[in-house]
Amino acid sequence: MSYKTDYNRVAGLGRAGEGVHHFWMQRVTSIALVPLTILFLIPFGKALGGGYEALVATYSSFGNALTAALFLFVAAWHFAIGMQVVIEDYTHGGTRLVLLLLNKLLSFALGAAGVLAIAKILFSA
Amino acid sequence: MVQLTLPKNSTIRTGKTWPKPAGATNLRTFRIYRWSPDDGENPRVDTYFVDMDSCGPMVLDALIKIKNEIDPTLTFRRSCREGICGSCAMNIDGRNTLACIFGMDEIKGDVKIYPLPHMPVVKDLIPDLTHFYTQHESIMPWLETKSNTPAKEWKQSIEDREKLDGLYECVMCACCSTSCPSYWWNGDRYLGPAALLHAYRWIIDSRDEYTGERLDGLHDPFKLYRCHTIMNCTSTCPKGLNPAKAIAEIKKMMVERVV
Repeated sequence: MSYKTDYNRVAGLGRAGEGVHHFWMQRVTSIALVPLTILFLIPFGKALGGGYEALVATYSSFGNALTAALFLFVAAWHFAIGMQVVIEDYTHGGTRLVLLLLNKLLSFALGAAGVLAIAKILFSA
Repeated sequence: MVQLTLPKNSTIRTGKTWPKPAGATNLRTFRIYRWSPDDGENPRVDTYFVDMDSCGPMVLDALIKIKNEIDPTLTFRRSCREGICGSCAMNIDGRNTLACIFGMDEIKGDVKIYPLPHMPVVKDLIPDLTHFYTQHESIMPWLETKSNTPAKEWKQSIEDREKLDGLYECVMCACCSTSCPSYWWNGDRYLGPAALLHAYRWIIDSRDEYTGERLDGLHDPFKLYRCHTIMNCTSTCPKGLNPAKAIAEIKKMMVERVV
């Protein structure tokens, strides 16, 4: 039971003053992923089936390593902010908080692991 | 967490089947949601038979006929019966619309009528729209100015007035907001398509001098950015308006301010 007015309920804690950056970055990362996905898939596809040697050879090239690292970094970023919206939509309270933290952790870990793996091949070649 | 099943006391049961009108040959079946706060019972769906030979063409005509001739306890809102007041908004044949301008010839089979989805029910087909109306109030749906008030009126060119077409016609029936999944899951914080369409109507009004403040007020991950262009609002609007486009325009203006 609460005698809060209707207006008080709608006003809540007020406006957060953020959201546009997240919205804009979703668009920026989507657009960036169009060329990056193509640039990543072409050399990756060629190397597929060629085994370990072919993959190492592909990512020993600076250009291939750069596009692959950029693709993995931007894809992880895009995944993080996209999943954030899904979690905010469908969960509430403590569950939301825990899932938001896990989402950021998982996304950064995936992105970092991918980029480091590419770097390792590039610099050990 | 999102609730996909109804709580036990909201599970809908089969209700009463009312007697067919005597001597009628052209009958149409109506299945209507019933719930009263007074009897402690679960909601139920009652079945009515209406003689279409002595009934008007719209769903509201049939509802009024049922209330007058079969069951006076059936409760619903109605006023203008011509799509201007927005009172008779309800879910008919799975779609949120106004009963007064929705023809029964558009429905195949039985006519199924429920209150607007995902709102607290006051009784039968009447949803509690308090929160919805207050959200509308929160976007300041009136002219706000800073300049000295002119001796006569605030002038507006014909071109600038035309920008309000497709926005000012909204009658606040709540069909759009209650069809929006984002509003279902986060309606406590998300303003919903109706309030945001009205917000945009005042943002682009050439006479209004609080454009920046209005955009500031919406700059929030929940108040505005819960819209994911699902477009249910636009496809269900009984007035043929496009709230999704209005929200997209607000989002564009938000980006314009920072890029």
